[in-house]
Amino acid sequence: MIRFLLIRLGSALVVTTGVVCIVFFLLHLIPGDPVEVMLGESAQPADREALRHELGLDQPVLKQFQTYLSDLTHLDLGKSLHSKRQITAILFERLPYTFMLAITALLFAILIAFPLGLLSAIRKESLIDRSAMGFAMLGVSIPNFWMGPILILIFSLWLGWFPVSGSDGFSSIILPALTLGTALAAILSRMVRSAVLEVLNEDFIRTARAKGMTEWRVILKHALGNATLPIITVLGLQLGALLGGAVITETIFAWPGIGQLTIEAIQQRDYPVVQACVLVISLTYVLVNTMTDMAYGWLDPRVRLSE
Amino acid sequence: MRHRSSSLIFSSMVILLWCGLALFGSFLNLSPDQIKLEQILTPPSYHEWFGYDDLGRSISDRLITGAKTSFFVSVWVVLLSSIVGTIIGIIAAWRGGWLDLIIVRIIDIFLAFPGILLAIALAGILGPGINNIIIALTVVGWVGFARLARAQTLSIKNREHIQAAQALGTTTRRTLLRHVLPLIMAPLIIEATFGIASVVIAEAGLSFLGLGIQPPTASWGTMIRDGTRYMLVAPHMVIAPGLALCLVVLSVNMLGDKLRDKMDIKES
Repeated sequence: MIRFLLIRLGSALVVTTGVVCIVFFLLHLIPGDPVEVMLGESAQPADREALRHELGLDQPVLKQFQTYLSDLTHLDLGKSLHSKRQITAILFERLPYTFMLAITALLFAILIAFPLGLLSAIRKESLIDRSAMGFAMLGVSIPNFWMGPILILIFSLWLGWFPVSGSDGFSSIILPALTLGTALAAILSRMVRSAVLEVLNEDFIRTARAKGMTEWRVILKHALGNATLPIITVLGLQLGALLGGAVITETIFAWPGIGQLTIEAIQQRDYPVVQACVLVISLTYVLVNTMTDMAYGWLDPRVRLSE
Repeated sequence: MRHRSSSLIFSSMVILLWCGLALFGSFLNLSPDQIKLEQILTPPSYHEWFGYDDLGRSISDRLITGAKTSFFVSVWVVLLSSIVGTIIGIIAAWRGGWLDLIIVRIIDIFLAFPGILLAIALAGILGPGINNIIIALTVVGWVGFARLARAQTLSIKNREHIQAAQALGTTTRRTLLRHVLPLIMAPLIIEATFGIASVVIAEAGLSFLGLGIQPPTASWGTMIRDGTRYMLVAPHMVIAPGLALCLVVLSVNMLGDKLRDKMDIKES
């Protein structure tokens, strides 16, 4: 078990280092002079030099990287060029909103996907199955930047049930969470269906039926219970798509999370903030994935023994 | 069974229409940028099926131009990333050792950026424009192909006919091109099909965020973005490009599913 954990931690560490490197070099991909791009062509030479010095761009690249790493270990991500505030402080304000949105979307997805996938698996090839899988196909094909506006049009503008945007109370999270969660619900329901179908062919299901268990208990306890493990791993991976999708969803609904911050920062050419956002979102994803991996290995000995 | 084939016919027709409009749309004598002030925000009618936008431009003409944008971006991105990814994946699996170790790590690192986040950051930093979109999406897209090509190559690397070819003194390049590549083609083609669908969404998404295709060039993403400002008075501005986008993505995904089913059957 310890060996398994160490291997997982090691590879997470390598990935984290790689992500940090890529994010660092993003700033160096800006075509032309980054300082000019950030301040505009009309900036005074003195201001340019000041910013160049503040960002450390007057140092050799290797030295810049060293400073970046050492600042990072102190959780110092620098200052926003736009608001002049510490980026870490801004992130702490925004992150709770993104987590709240992501978790609500995840709950939505699970609430839709499990019943749907389970029903389709039990009634394979029936009308329910076909319409559920049709929904799943549709769900992955509707992009969130279209689904969002359409939901706003129907439920906010025409019916007036939910606010158009913002983050006031519970009713304002419904539409963004639905927008963000639909694709995941679609993917997840397909997965639940195939995982349950696979388990239904196992010998222990036949045994459970043979000893006279009710069909519902067989399905809920034996089939779903055993199908859940593979679903959890994929759920961890899909959380990445959720975090990435949050960038667009938050922009549509003016939801004050880290995704909206990313786009704002890109528009304001506030590149240190862009770097920080990309770093934090990606590292969250790495963390979640490593944890799901470990949980999986802990719950299912076959996984850790095959390493 | 009839249900299956009808969905296949439907998706093939949508895809053919999309490709046809993208390739030959310029012969239709369109005027996607022509402004008719008296037609501003006019809803769909018998003469103009999709209505006019906020500047009085014909939405159907802009939809067709948008089809061209999404088609070319997705074909370029999938072409470039499948070639780059497949070469890297095959080499990693074939050579093995430290090279493979490094490539696998690099793939893991790229996969650590969730969804299109890296593409958003790259497009934001490189600046808008069709070339930068293609670069940003290729940087993100090659990884999937590399991982798949590597796994597939590993699984067939030790087959007899490949070892025989090597033993007979065939050059490595020839072995890889003539004996390995054809065997791993099927899953790569399926990956490429789904890749087209996700690049169509990604291009529209970047354009929606204002990081992609710049006005006045039409893109379904920018059309949706422009439409959101007039949703209450002219919902057709959002609905039309979104429907076009969904139809294409849905059809490509359906085709991919069909291909996957078909090729799986062959394998078993």
